[in-house]
Amino acid sequence: MEKFSTLTSTAIPLKISNVDTDQIIPARFLKATDKKGFGDNLFRDWRYDKQEKLIPDFALNNTKYSGSILVAGDNFGCGSSREHAAWALAGYGFKVIVSSFFADIFKGNALNNGLLPIQVSEEILEQLFAAINNNAEVQFKINLETQTLAVLGTQIETTFDIDPYKKTCLINGYDDIDYLLSKKDKIEAFELQKTHLI
Amino acid sequence: MKKTLFDKVWDAHVVDAIDNGPQILYIDKHLIHEVTSPQAFNELNDRNIPIFRPNQIVATADHNTPTENQHLPVPDDLSRHQLEQLAKNCTANNITLYELGHKYNGIVHVMAPELGVTQPGMTMVCGDSHTSTHGAFGTIAFGIGTSQVAQVFASQCLLLTKPKSLRVTVNGTLKKGVLPKDVILYIISKLGTNSGTGYFCEYAGNVFENMSMEGRMTVCNMSIEMGARGGMIAPDETTFEYIKGREFAPKGTDFEKKVAYWKTLPTDDGATFDKEYTFDAEDIEPMITYGTNPGMGIKISETIPNSESESDKKSLAYMNFTAGESLIGKPINYVFIGSCTNSRIEDFRVAANYIKGKQKADNITAWLVPGSRQVETQIIEEGLKDIFEAAGFELRQPGCSACLAMNDDKIPQGEYCVSTSNRNFEGRQGQGSRTILASPLVAAATAVEGTIIDVSKQFV
Repeated sequence: MEKFSTLTSTAIPLKISNVDTDQIIPARFLKATDKKGFGDNLFRDWRYDKQEKLIPDFALNNTKYSGSILVAGDNFGCGSSREHAAWALAGYGFKVIVSSFFADIFKGNALNNGLLPIQVSEEILEQLFAAINNNAEVQFKINLETQTLAVLGTQIETTFDIDPYKKTCLINGYDDIDYLLSKKDKIEAFELQKTHLI
Repeated sequence: MKKTLFDKVWDAHVVDAIDNGPQILYIDKHLIHEVTSPQAFNELNDRNIPIFRPNQIVATADHNTPTENQHLPVPDDLSRHQLEQLAKNCTANNITLYELGHKYNGIVHVMAPELGVTQPGMTMVCGDSHTSTHGAFGTIAFGIGTSQVAQVFASQCLLLTKPKSLRVTVNGTLKKGVLPKDVILYIISKLGTNSGTGYFCEYAGNVFENMSMEGRMTVCNMSIEMGARGGMIAPDETTFEYIKGREFAPKGTDFEKKVAYWKTLPTDDGATFDKEYTFDAEDIEPMITYGTNPGMGIKISETIPNSESESDKKSLAYMNFTAGESLIGKPINYVFIGSCTNSRIEDFRVAANYIKGKQKADNITAWLVPGSRQVETQIIEEGLKDIFEAAGFELRQPGCSACLAMNDDKIPQGEYCVSTSNRNFEGRQGQGSRTILASPLVAAATAVEGTIIDVSKQFV
């Protein structure tokens, strides 16, 4: 997994609540057997119309906005467990998603792919949208070590929570498989003890 | 200490814990399918890690399969390749696969319970969010991403933080025409799509106690639509009776021993939950959704509520509905009865019972898709297929079908579909399609009338 420590970037605003994983990557693109190419179809039906023409109003198509941070509305990533959603966001170039709430499975999938989900209060989220609206060039600065998000040149600065284990994984590029394999003895011992359950 | 059903099952599966971090949870059964497993197999292959417990994995092909001519090669190249990849991976790793055409093939959340793979007190996972279905048996069952599929392949465990507990209690007598689907759509309409996030939900009260296993599965299936990773119902005589004699159920004295253990699982009196909600069965009516998330539901007799939220407005614009409008009398051209929510025999009995002696409306294209080969066989044996055909309906072959429209079963742009599935997201059933979630009864009535009708009036 790719390591993550700090990031300074502009951000793209997606001011929509309940963005589900079917919007992030529609089911018809889930036929691949590898992880490549999903970025091309990120938000496919919001980015392109039926004639495959770019929809200019959509935030990702608006040339005003750029960067590797997506700032999205409440309950981001709800719906299907498809990790293809995290692969699509990472494949497109996003490294951080900021929202006031993340769906469980999506959050886990993001963390397992080096994509950092940052949960902020609704109030801060509104301030972030306003800051981008005010100046699309405004830079966000994220530091995972100190668990801080700041918007440069503004008063906005906030801390965020992250599971300490997951934080270590992201900073070092470890994944859960490495850790679980190191516990194999304990797992086997558990199996012997709990045979009635299996 | 008083424990909940969830606590008892969870605590019995904790292998170890990281200080200040997640716990290692042992997984008893791992279900896999063609769409979310290939990258996990690749991951293990690339890292030269063997599959740890192949005999605890069961595979089926369901998401990306055609629902007609299943005896022929799958025409779509990418889909065929994905299915071949699953078969190759299962063969190479000694994993049991019920592929297309096998008598046990079906939607993962339909076939596993009907084979007796799903049992109370287990932990089960699958790379599919509707794995919550299996909670109907008093099982901790939840959907996982593909990285986690790889973790379970490698270690039969997952690193997880124990979720908080939530209980939804519904007591009373359900009105005629109110089905388990209406109960869960009602709960989600009241609680919203993220009220359960971070929680595992237990459904309690006599409404669930009186439900069949099929009904309980419908309820638990949609737990994820309120954000809960899973939902559970305490195992009881209905559960034991359902499991008894199934292919992979314990037999003889083993079964008796298991039942004795399963009986210890229900939540202790006085155990506490982090969050509780209570509803009256009498308040529930046949439900219908009007928006683009499953929380946007109303009683079929109600009108679409007003909302100032930009997202709700976007949703109504997508559906081409307006606030204050009733859905009764809305012309509908597509009906789908199927999906892991409502494709079990009971669902088709409800539909057939309504349809018997009536005719499908001319404007309606209806897809009736059984959840498994076993359900399909039962439909034929019980004579339901004859009823459907006499009324102008066609029964298709099993699979996920138009629930997520990965195959050719797509609702055209702009068309409404009254669907017994679980998600009404934009484009879920095909690009530009508009989904209205409902029970199999409401779906059958829509197919006969060609418009949405108030089925509750038929039971007065």
